[in-house]
Formats: sequence, structure tokens, C-alpha cells
Amino acid sequence: MSRKITIEPVTRVEGHGKVTIHMDDLGNVTQSRLHIVEFRGFERFVQGRPYWEAPVLVQRLCGICPVSHHLAAAKALDVIVGAGTGDGLSPTGEKMRRLMHYGQMFQSHSLHFFHLSAPDFLFGIDGDPALRNIIGIALTRPELAVQGVMMRKFGQEIIRATAGKKIHGTGAIPGGINKHLTLEEKNEFLHGADPLNADKMVNWASEAIEFFKNYYAANKSFIENFAHFPSNHLSLVRKDGALDLYHGVLRAVDAEGKKVLNDVDYQEYNQYIEEEVRPWSYMKFPYLKHLGKEKGWYRVGPLARLNTADFIPTPLAQKEFEAFKALTHGKPNNHCLLTHYARLIETLHAAEMIRELLNDDDLLKGELVVKGTKQKEGIGLIEAPRGTLFHHYRINDHDQIEMANLIVSTTNNNEPMNRSVNFVAKEIMTGKDVITEGMMNAVEVAIRAYDPCLSCATHALGKMPLEITLVNSENQVIDRKRSFS
Amino acid sequence: MPEKGKILVYGYGNPGRQDDGLGAAFISRLEQWIAENHFQHVDTDTNYQLNIEDAAAIHPYDEVVFVDASVEDIHDFDFSEVKPDNAKVEFTMHAVSPAFVIDLCRKIYGKSPKARLLHIKGYEWEFEERLTPQACDNLDKAFDFLINYLKTND
Repeated sequence: MSRKITIEPVTRVEGHGKVTIHMDDLGNVTQSRLHIVEFRGFERFVQGRPYWEAPVLVQRLCGICPVSHHLAAAKALDVIVGAGTGDGLSPTGEKMRRLMHYGQMFQSHSLHFFHLSAPDFLFGIDGDPALRNIIGIALTRPELAVQGVMMRKFGQEIIRATAGKKIHGTGAIPGGINKHLTLEEKNEFLHGADPLNADKMVNWASEAIEFFKNYYAANKSFIENFAHFPSNHLSLVRKDGALDLYHGVLRAVDAEGKKVLNDVDYQEYNQYIEEEVRPWSYMKFPYLKHLGKEKGWYRVGPLARLNTADFIPTPLAQKEFEAFKALTHGKPNNHCLLTHYARLIETLHAAEMIRELLNDDDLLKGELVVKGTKQKEGIGLIEAPRGTLFHHYRINDHDQIEMANLIVSTTNNNEPMNRSVNFVAKEIMTGKDVITEGMMNAVEVAIRAYDPCLSCATHALGKMPLEITLVNSENQVIDRKRSFS
Repeated sequence: MPEKGKILVYGYGNPGRQDDGLGAAFISRLEQWIAENHFQHVDTDTNYQLNIEDAAAIHPYDEVVFVDASVEDIHDFDFSEVKPDNAKVEFTMHAVSPAFVIDLCRKIYGKSPKARLLHIKGYEWEFEERLTPQACDNLDKAFDFLINYLKTND
């Protein structure tokens, strides 16, 4: 009797997600799909609103990574107010925004590592689920739990200082920023009491990389064989090829490292990117137009960024980047689980960038906003923690938004996430009579590597357990398991 | 570091999603009341959601009151004690429950403040920065209740 396994919803993934795994009568996995209920109504919601409201409005979309939406919208509106495409701002405007963005990157990556991925490494993907979280880390490795909490707190404080407040920050405005950093804030971040200072954050980020490298050395075969498949990789890079999380040109490389999108201006993204609709999923599937649907899909996020970039412009992260690139002899790295390694290298880079920016007096003084000849259309791209984020707005003669298009990072990763689920399900579940919690978690480990986030779902104090349902070919539920209840 | 005996009232939710903004609206009103009444022993904080760093934020306090919107089957508001608990954690991607924060705080710092949850009934969750009239009524009642509670514990 054929079976369908449904994991719903996927735990530790914001929003609503479920996995369906179809098995035939012999226990072979025949098809696996990740369904994510993505809310696409936001584009219509902003229509008719004055364009300058967008950087604050978009934070209604996401209480998880509001800074990424805030900055991507502001970058699009820079174009509309005639301030250029990201590199036309005043030094103060650009550096304050970068500080905000690297604060966001640092806190988000730290949260992902210590709260979501490290528990799998410490306790094993089939370890006790009651322990397999940061509470378990606090019990067994309290120093790591403290690091996770304090790294996240440091990044959040950077955001508060640059965006103005924790909820609905207003820091980035069309054409620049609305405040300087104060000298007191600068000194606190640079020389604050241990551990909340930039030097400590750099040290802890380095230590987190060592933690992962040790795990990797001890589990090389598992990591390299888990959801490993070739793909294209897409991200922004600086014009000279450096890793740049705030601004640059759009580059994509194939699985062998050949450039398949050669440093193009992202204002023309819709010449290169298309979104496919598939009947079984609410979330679209983006791909590179010129390569077509079958060959044009790509990954975004930390792994993709280290695969597209030629170097990292901060010394400690560059050293780690060289070691990372050596693993695949300079070719793109297509190991799903090494996304965690890439994420930690970016965490270190963010910490170094924060320290470098804090030593720049442009944050304390100088012109905040620049404007030029108004345009009717603007596109803002940013490398959000989870990958490339697209914001596209067009306004009418009354300064109202008449068109908006957003492609979020998780949408960009739709196809690779589905492939990862399929890879792991086939590898782990084929021929098994009993589906264990460890097997379910393995599927989630594959998804979590991409750090998907669909926070358009309103948070509420509802329960969000992991549920697996086994359904036979007559649609009868033959088994159901919950991992948290 | 707060003085001994201080209470932290921590509201959370997204004000851009209608009644999900009850926590933030509550804190905004409480801050005004504290300023007008020169109330010394209460601090406030607010965010989109709770997360792991809040274990560090709450640990110096003697008591913390979390304030959140609720979709559960309650009448207008509910006030209950929060017990540390990691087994019933809502394991969504980037948000944790009050019980999780308390538990993490206890595991990291060896102690945690007394914790309570003020749960205010909400009704609508669309993209709008305005509470529904029913939620406003519930906010009024919950606010009066907590003021009395804070005065009693002054």
C-alpha cells in the first residue's frame, strides 16, 4: 500500500510549512515537496500609499527581519528621489545604513547558529528533541548559550541605535538616514563592559567558526553527503568582486563556477529573473530567464554568497574564506550543510565590519540625506541574512505607489529547499517501515540550513508542533506523531 | 542594573498587524502613566516578539509581566503565572514563548524573576496599524487591572 507522509507544520520555520513525502508500496520515496503558505498580498496593500511611507510600512510584513525590508525599500526609494542606486548617498547615510544592516546580519546569523543549528550539531539530528535547542545548550554548554544570547543582544542594540527604536524603526529614509550615531553610542559599542563590545563579538564569532570546524572534522562524511547537489548560486557582489551584503551588482555562477550572470545592474533584474508558478505551491519558483526553468534555478544566502564572491574585504573573515574555498579547490561549494560554515564566516565578517564602521567618524557627523531628480520607478536589492531580497516600486504623478513587487530570499530558495527535502527523504526514509523523530528532524535540518522565514504569519500564542501524518493510498491516516506537545 | 524590587513590563507584537499591536499599545499607555504618576519601580520594554536575548534583559528584575495579544478562547484578558518550561516551547523560527525565556534565564543565570503573562484578547490581524474597538475595550480593562496590580505591589 502506498503511503503519503505529511510533516506539518515544519518546526523552527516561521510561517506555515509542511512537507509531504509520497512512498510507493515497496517503501520507496517517490516524491517529496515542501509547501509553504506565502502571503503575497502585501504588494497590493502598499498600492496607493505615499512612497515615502514604504520603508516603515514594509515592517508590517515582517517582525523577524524588518531591517532587511526597511533597507531594501529605502534603497528602491533612493532611486525614486534621485539619490542614485545605493552608492549615491552621503558617506554618513551609507555608513549608518551599513552599520544597521551588519547589526541585523550579525544578530540574525548568531540566532540561527546558537538557537537553531548548533543544537543539531551538539546533540545529533536524532538526539533527544527536548534537549535539542538552546535550553539544552544552556544545560550542557552554558558558555555557548551565553554567547548566543549576548551576540544576538549586541546586534539588536546596533539596530536600535541606527534605526531609532526596536519596533517600526525609522532610521532609513528615501535618500539617506534620519540620524547620526552619538559619541556615547559609539563608545559603548566599541568599549562597553565585557562582553557587549565589538572586540568581544569578533572573538566570539571566530570561536563559533572553530566550533563548527571541529564538528565538521569529526563528521566530514555526514556533512559532505547530506543534501549535496549542484546548483547555480546568485548574490550581489561589490563591483570589484568582494563580498558586499549591502550593495553591488548581481552575479550568478553555475556549479562549476562559470559566471552565468555577469555583474549586471540590478535595476534591470526583471530582464534576467522570472518567477514560475506551480499548481501545488503558493510560493513561486524564480529562475534565470536565459537558462530556462530547468537549468536556471539558483540558491541564495550565505553559501551562494561565498560561491559568487572573489574575496571578503575584512582580514579575519578573508582568512576563513580562503580555508572554505580550499575545501572545493576554489570551485563553488554545493554542500547544503556547509551553509552553516558560510553563515559563520559572514557572522565574523559582520562583526569586523561593525568594528570598522564604529571607528569611522562619518557616523557622527555629515550630511544625512541627498536628493536629485525624481524618478517614477526604483529597485532596491540587499543581501538579507537568508539571501537576496528584491523590492521594486513604481509611483504615479501623485507620489503614490502604483506597483510593488517583492521577491524575498525564501522564495529565491524555493527550488533548492525542495531538492534538499527530496534528497534527504530518499536517502533516509526509503525502505523504512517506521518513520522516527530523528528522520523527520533530518528533513528539517535540510530546510533549516536555508534559514527560511515566512513571518508574514501573525505571531500569536498558538501552538506550533511538528506533526507527521502517515496516509495510505485511500487517504486514511494510519499514523500520526507530534514531536512537541 | 535595576534597583531591587523593580518590575519589568514587556509588551510584544507587531503594531502593523492590527490587534497584534496590543502589547506595544499597552506599553505606550503604561509609559505615559508612569511619567504622569512618577511611578519609580516599573521599567518597560517592547519588541516584535520575544527572543533568546530577552533572557539577559529580564534576569536583573524581581518580576516581569509579559503583555501580548491573544487568539485563545478568553473573555477579555487573562493574567496568569508563567512557569519555566522548555517542553511546550513554540518552536517557530525566530520567536520564543515567555515560559521559554524564563527557563533559558534560569538555566543561564541560575535564577529568574517571578513571571506573569497578561494576555489580551485580539480579533483582527490584517495589515493595518489600528486596534479593533473590541481590542481597545479589552486593553482598557487589562490596563486598569495591571495598574491596580502594580500599585498593590508598590
